[in-house]
Amino acid sequence: MSDAAHAVDIDGHVRVYLIVFASLAVLTSATVGVHYLFLPIGPAVTLGLLIAAIKATLVACYFMHLISEKRVVFLVIVISGIFLLGLFLLTMTAIFDQVGGHLVS
Amino acid sequence: MEIPYTVTLRPDTGVYNAKIGIWLFLASEVMLFGGLFSGYVFLRIGAPAWPGMLHGEMYAHASEVLSVPLATLNTFVLIASSVTMVMSWASLMRDDFGKFRMYLSGTIALALVFLVVKGFEYNMKFEHGLFPSESNFLAIYFVLTGLHGLHVIGGIIVNGYLLGPGSKMWHTSRQQFINRIEVAGLYWHFVDLVWIFLFPTIYLM
Repeated sequence: MSDAAHAVDIDGHVRVYLIVFASLAVLTSATVGVHYLFLPIGPAVTLGLLIAAIKATLVACYFMHLISEKRVVFLVIVISGIFLLGLFLLTMTAIFDQVGGHLVS
Repeated sequence: MEIPYTVTLRPDTGVYNAKIGIWLFLASEVMLFGGLFSGYVFLRIGAPAWPGMLHGEMYAHASEVLSVPLATLNTFVLIASSVTMVMSWASLMRDDFGKFRMYLSGTIALALVFLVVKGFEYNMKFEHGLFPSESNFLAIYFVLTGLHGLHVIGGIIVNGYLLGPGSKMWHTSRQQFINRIEVAGLYWHFVDLVWIFLFPTIYLM
């Protein structure tokens, strides 16, 4: 790639970073706005985590360059995701433990 | 002995070694924070009220105990620091060392602002006698935000080194230095990612 083409490519990256920054700011405001609607816990958690997931995806894809990353990096992420899911599921199964006929929770 | 694949891409992975190294480290960090998050979810589901009783008063929302405006401010600060971090990398890619120094200094400054705001927040809790030992809610709050704060301090140390003595590498091995900044950036964005989930789950739910 020539120096000029390389510079143009980085300029494109910078534009994307600024768009992502603006999107993250808007989504953060949305997170706080949703909180002040005082929704029931179910919809509040769902909406809050959905917005957080969108923000996390933006950061991971563009700031961490996952959108153009190699397969081996995705392999590490997928494996750690599987272990994380297992960890959460194992913890959650403890909620259904029975002690003296009553739920521990 | 020369460390292999610091600049050139390793043929079997397609990335330089430090990149795979930082991703493996971040995978371990996912499990560290994941363990604490799962503990939080478990305690939260099992609690009859959250945050519940504190000093004889019942609280139904975390925002009645914690400062949402300060946490919101800190969220914007951390997002801005992620942008300056990635801009410092982009500046090096453009061969602009001066801009790199400016953006990385900005990242460090914003990280310090984050810690100062967090310090105010902790101080407000302590002044009201709200310590980790008071309740599960406060224990979770202090452990998760405290561990995150330690990661912010770690980021400041690494970025401070890369801005100071570590930046000499720019004059001897440019691509390796750019790679170091990218790796430091990956860590910093992960710290941002953790806060993206901490903020709504601890302060707003």
